[in-house]
Amino acid sequence: MAKHENDLQPMIEVQNLTKFYGSQAAVQDLSFTVQRGEIVGFIGPNGAGKSTTMRILAGFLSATEGTVRVAGHDVSAESEEVRRRVGFMPENNPLHEDMRVLEYLKFRARLKGLNRAESRDRVDDVMEQLSLTDVQHRMIGALSKGYRQRVGLADALVHEPELLILDEPTIGLDPHQIRTVRQHIKELGRDHTVLISSHILPEVEVTCTQLLIFHEGNILAADTPRGLEQRLGGRQRITVELNAPMEALNKAWEEMAEIEHHRILPAEGNFYRSALTPRDGEDLRPRISALAHARGWPLRELTRERHTLEDIFVHITRVEED
Amino acid sequence: MAVLLTLIRRELAGHFLSMRGYVIMAGIQLILGGSLLMVVHKLNGLPYDLPFTEQFPQTQFFWLVLLLIAPVITMRTFAHEKATGTFETLLTTPVSDAQVVLAKFAGSFLFFLIAFLPALAYPFILEHYAHRPMEVDSRAVISLGIGIGLFGAFFMALGCFASSLTRSQIVAAMITFAAGTGLYITGYLSDLPPSDPQWWHYLLRHTSMLRHMDDFSTGILDTRHVLLYLSLTGVFLFLTYKSIESRRWK
Repeated sequence: MAKHENDLQPMIEVQNLTKFYGSQAAVQDLSFTVQRGEIVGFIGPNGAGKSTTMRILAGFLSATEGTVRVAGHDVSAESEEVRRRVGFMPENNPLHEDMRVLEYLKFRARLKGLNRAESRDRVDDVMEQLSLTDVQHRMIGALSKGYRQRVGLADALVHEPELLILDEPTIGLDPHQIRTVRQHIKELGRDHTVLISSHILPEVEVTCTQLLIFHEGNILAADTPRGLEQRLGGRQRITVELNAPMEALNKAWEEMAEIEHHRILPAEGNFYRSALTPRDGEDLRPRISALAHARGWPLRELTRERHTLEDIFVHITRVEED
Repeated sequence: MAVLLTLIRRELAGHFLSMRGYVIMAGIQLILGGSLLMVVHKLNGLPYDLPFTEQFPQTQFFWLVLLLIAPVITMRTFAHEKATGTFETLLTTPVSDAQVVLAKFAGSFLFFLIAFLPALAYPFILEHYAHRPMEVDSRAVISLGIGIGLFGAFFMALGCFASSLTRSQIVAAMITFAAGTGLYITGYLSDLPPSDPQWWHYLLRHTSMLRHMDDFSTGILDTRHVLLYLSLTGVFLFLTYKSIESRRWK
């Protein structure tokens, strides 16, 4: 019965959270809610308050003001209850380098209140889940960064937490390792609520169901990746390089009602490079490629600009100022 | 309780997983061995008026070990974890701050005892090799052992506190060494001939570590001394706890 009640509660409720370091405010008047089962991304530049918020949620620091509840428990009054439910991987994934993987994970499981038998079972499970079984007797200090990251994830998971908080889980990894870790996070999202932070947008937009954009200790925007994209839709320029007469191109773009603005520049060979600004968030690439095919124009590039975090900041701060 | 034992085991194991623990133990035995040599040299061929247990703490090497060992053992406890960030992973598990402080202290104290353990054999080594029959007063050995243990507990608590204040092991070691040596030197001040004894002179007499150790080495287990070191240990553990807790202050 109690479990059922719990399930209806939001995983995280943050109300008017403020944190001062001395006289410096790291986070100011922050409020947000995270429902169970979501994968939430904190994005923002360094020093925007992401890590501070995560540390408060994980029970490491206390808030100066405001209330923070995790699974219905107050973070400061019921800190141990909260920590039992949270798996936290801090920034830079600190580990005891002088321990072996198996030994470390067992040590961590015991600290998190699992008994000997439970910890043995759970450690076996998480090592299997994160493909660490082969390196279980290796020294952590001698592991590659990708493995270390997985050891950190295994540690965060070992006590079957309801909420996983991962601070910059992919920082410093090579693209292949990033893919692996991202895949793991996606899998974890199936039966955990996950909070991850990053200062690179593409990093989180593929995995997350909800994005919170941090800027100078505040949340600038909270939306789904799709919603965010739509807000910025008008700015997603498309670049096309086609081998076609300039006038024909001009005419084709003018006929396409969804294009608000276009500019054509000569490129190498007989190609012309067109920069198209669509009216709304619609992705025009399939239509353009169909057009090129129908007219028999050789196509050598068709790209849609990715939004960088900067675009979003510029856009959102401008909207707020208006 | 299981959690506390897990933490203590980890603390103790940390000393032996690298060369550090063995180097510290070897260093201590080297210096204490020097101490023993000095005593043997003094006793050699001369009529001796002091039993071995009383001579031993009077050698300077003995104090060198006591004052050096605390910073060396405890500097890592908190400072290292803070510097590497494992402090954060430790305190976001459902362990309490008190458990962490107790485990760090217990780990250091147990290592201290292990490092001093071989010295227990010294009186019996002397007894074995003495030309003339020599008697070791085992009760004096025990009370000296208790004295060393109490000093160790106090110094380890002091060291843990220093380590909890900083991320730098060097800074932690310097604080502990300076505080310990400072206290030791005030003991000498009380031995200065009093031309005009002031109130502080009497105070220093009571706080002199040299005098306390003299008592312990003659087999006197003065409850005032015992209580003093136990309460000092308690005070510094409490301060360490507060220092760890301070991150949660608003």
